[in-house]
Amino acid sequence: MVLGNDASSSSLSNKNLSVLVVDDDPLIRMLHDNYLKHFGLKPLVVENGKEAVDLFQLGTSFDLILMDKEMPIMNGVEATKALRDMGATSMIVGVTSRGSPSEMQAFMEAGLDFCFEKPLTFDMIDFILKELNVNDDDDTNN
Amino acid sequence: MESSHLRQQIAAMRQSFFDEEILDGQFCQLERLENRGNPNFVEEVLTMYFRDSTTLLQTVEQEIETDTIDLAKVDMMLHKFKGSSASIGANKVRNNITKTRQLLEEGNLEGAKLAFRELRMEHDNLRAKLEPYFQQLRQVGPVETATRPKGSDHA
Repeated sequence: MVLGNDASSSSLSNKNLSVLVVDDDPLIRMLHDNYLKHFGLKPLVVENGKEAVDLFQLGTSFDLILMDKEMPIMNGVEATKALRDMGATSMIVGVTSRGSPSEMQAFMEAGLDFCFEKPLTFDMIDFILKELNVNDDDDTNN
Repeated sequence: MESSHLRQQIAAMRQSFFDEEILDGQFCQLERLENRGNPNFVEEVLTMYFRDSTTLLQTVEQEIETDTIDLAKVDMMLHKFKGSSASIGANKVRNNITKTRQLLEEGNLEGAKLAFRELRMEHDNLRAKLEPYFQQLRQVGPVETATRPKGSDHA
């Protein structure tokens, strides 16, 4: 898949998307933050699943959540389940180093929309944003 | 002229990282994130990576040399290290992490210790090769976003 000019040309439409990055690794948080900024997004970044859940409980909602799986305090599976149980309709995308099919399946079953194995790439983000825009178009047409 | 020669040297160094499979295409993804507002992004990321990895490797080494290894703890640390290594394109380091974890999982402790030593070597080799590279990059100033390296098939 070639990314090419699509990323920059869609950056204006991405500006209003709210994004949350959830990962306990500061390097990964920095990388994911910069990847998303490259697409014109301004993500919020937290260190574990509990912080993500706390934000939701405070009334903050996100169009997109990038969720790591293995995190202290509250892992990605627990956080995803909790968010769905609370009625979160965000697109939640798992981004995990646990790449075995059974582990990714278990993560998906928690309520993810998609699950990718790290590392995050431009193509993955492009795919995610296209899915988000498709969802937005569907909502507008209904 | 001198700058041009230095840029050629830098380009050759960079290509060698991919030819030797020390780095993979994920490194190119990092390079695409550099821009005028963030001209030293890749070096900052690698500095952060090596700062964390050095500590982690010391901790893992201490742990696997004890009589009562906490395998779950070591596996978790190596798992995280694998994620960060993959995210910066550290191909050989990532592969050695996988090998070490597999041997630990199989209960082959001596094999895992050997694999871990290889992992340390690859990690130190990566750092030794990247330090002069970034030093030279700083000398010439930001280089335009690199093209995909020859032979790299990972996006």
